[in-house]
Amino acid sequence: MGKKEEGKDRRIKITRRGFLKATAATGGISLFSKANSVVGVEKFTGAPDRYGVLTDLSLCVGCRSCEAACNEINNLPQPKVPFDDQSVFEEGRRPEPNSWTPVNRFSNPQDKNKPIFVKRQCMHCDEPACAAACLVGAFKKTPEGAVIYNEDVCIGCRYCIAACPFYVPAYDYASPLYPKVRKCILCYEKKVKKGEPPACVEACPMEVMTFAKRKDLIKLAHKKILEKPDKYVDHIYGEHEAGGTSWMYISPVPFEKLGFITDVSTTPYPEFARGFLSAVPMVLILWPALLIGFYMWSSSREEIFKEERRDDHD
Amino acid sequence: MTNKTIEAYPLRSWMREKLFLGMPFDEYLKSLITPFNIFVACILLVGIPMYFLRYLQGLIFVMHPSNEYPWGLFICLGLLGIVPLSATGFIMASAVYLFGLKEYKPLVRLAVLTGFLGYACAVAFIFTDIGRSWRLPYPMILSFGPQSILFLVAWHVALYLSTQFVEFCPAIFEWLGSDRFRRWALYTTIGATIFGVILSTLHQSALGALFLLMPGKVHPLWYSPYIPVFFFVSSIWAGLSMIILVSWICTKVFRDKADDGFLNGLDNLTVGMGRAASITLFAYFAIKIIGVAHGYHWNLLTTSYGYWFQLEMFGFVLLPCFLFAQGARYRNVRLLRITSIIAVVGVVLNRLNLSLITFNWNLPHREFPKWTEYIIVLTIFTVFVLLFRWMVNRMPVLREHPQYKGMH
Repeated sequence: MGKKEEGKDRRIKITRRGFLKATAATGGISLFSKANSVVGVEKFTGAPDRYGVLTDLSLCVGCRSCEAACNEINNLPQPKVPFDDQSVFEEGRRPEPNSWTPVNRFSNPQDKNKPIFVKRQCMHCDEPACAAACLVGAFKKTPEGAVIYNEDVCIGCRYCIAACPFYVPAYDYASPLYPKVRKCILCYEKKVKKGEPPACVEACPMEVMTFAKRKDLIKLAHKKILEKPDKYVDHIYGEHEAGGTSWMYISPVPFEKLGFITDVSTTPYPEFARGFLSAVPMVLILWPALLIGFYMWSSSREEIFKEERRDDHD
Repeated sequence: MTNKTIEAYPLRSWMREKLFLGMPFDEYLKSLITPFNIFVACILLVGIPMYFLRYLQGLIFVMHPSNEYPWGLFICLGLLGIVPLSATGFIMASAVYLFGLKEYKPLVRLAVLTGFLGYACAVAFIFTDIGRSWRLPYPMILSFGPQSILFLVAWHVALYLSTQFVEFCPAIFEWLGSDRFRRWALYTTIGATIFGVILSTLHQSALGALFLLMPGKVHPLWYSPYIPVFFFVSSIWAGLSMIILVSWICTKVFRDKADDGFLNGLDNLTVGMGRAASITLFAYFAIKIIGVAHGYHWNLLTTSYGYWFQLEMFGFVLLPCFLFAQGARYRNVRLLRITSIIAVVGVVLNRLNLSLITFNWNLPHREFPKWTEYIIVLTIFTVFVLLFRWMVNRMPVLREHPQYKGMH
């Protein structure tokens, strides 16, 4: 009898110690995990005075001055086909490590003689998927609006490339030791930081692009569409795409006919990861408690078995 | 005479006992010449130079320089395929140490070793794939991106690899004959097991959550806000199937390294695991259907991608679920073992489907991995199979060490 009570006492003691252990472990782990999760849950609404660029696709003549200006200011090598050669338009091009803003030609269903030229580059999302993807924080949305890249910390995992809904970042596969992710950075250090327009905008002879505060550009775009409803499609590409981008387009031809990705979600992409990230602390706290509970349960069961067996012997 | 030799050359006798399976060196070398080893040597002779050329010539030498498919076979097959199969360690350790299923104890070390080497293999693939391999520790020490799910993955892989190493340490110290370290390692068992389950839960699901950022690129039938749950649940049946498969292979290949405790009980344990796998597969099938319903993607089921999805769901989820149930019911161990192959292929197929085969489904062109990727994947897998064999041959994995029988 006495033996049994002793056994009971011991069980309670083990339980309490176990409980304290669980609490300590939980506290420790949740402290440790603080950096992991909480930061990602905050919502970013965007710096109010961020810049943007509005591209009016009805004006572009495909001279590729912007491409040349881009390569010059970013010290990118000269391409094999010179910038004044129009033969590049035979094939669609995407941004590449040494060509951050390719111009593509599309036939114009309204006027066969006046093709539409579309300049592609990073869209500079307000809440960039690449920045949400990067595990070393190499991508940053600056208050001025540019999404910039820090090659000094990049490990080359290419999750940013996989995550970008616009298929923009490109990777230096040919570099064995120092491969970088390359994309338009809106001439951040050299121009936009000082409030000056990016090199491509300055170089454009047709004034296709307007550089200004993003909120003013949206007003301007709406005004243009309102004044000439026959000329423009009633859509500002980039106003809501991916939650809003700093680079925006208006066009005389529906965007899906110009190679634009039109199934881009209007939800900011980091939002897709937030639910999971906020579940992480729950697991970190509840799992140890549950598992220690199961462990104590199964080991106390074993003890009961042992005691019963001992009693049978007695 | 022999005693004298041992005293005179302690190092030599140590090496003979611990490394050369008790044979003199020349005899050991001769024993290595087998058809299997020659086959393996051929793979390594091609693969290893190719692996190192990747560091001289850049990734372009071993994979397509694609910015539409930035992740090729190394990540989609090597990493995503091997990780669910490495859930073995946390499943068996938690079954035995936390849930009190003591009869599964003979399988714990095998399961932990499989998991540990599987994760090490996954890390080897990450190391191969990322552009600047030597910066692998950056997210741990230098530059943090806590908003990123990949940041979680990186931390969890690193921590879990270490945890599984600690979990396997008792076997290593028994092999080395270090009593004190063995006892220290045993103290950590419960803690390491709990830590391992937490890390596995988060990490298996986080690998799926990586794709949450790509709603336009992952095909809607595979994309779902539930991807993390899908990945976690499938890792359970994949891990169970993997133990069934690996333990079966061990009874064929390493019979002389296994003791009666392992060999005699295995049939019963296989039946139990088959039953558990069947239930998990059924639950997985159900939540996958919920995933389709939640996205309201029924109409996609009759597209060509939809048929492919149905093949995965019926052929590699519902079929093994049914066969496991049959095998468990009629105690048909052979059927259970063959079914485990279907399930293992099934989970790898699921990862490949999501990340590579149907990835960018709405782009006009498709890309397939370069032939060199297959060779390097094969090479890395081969290296880890060899490591597995090396450890099972020497360490008490399939048997209890005579000195510590019934003690751990």
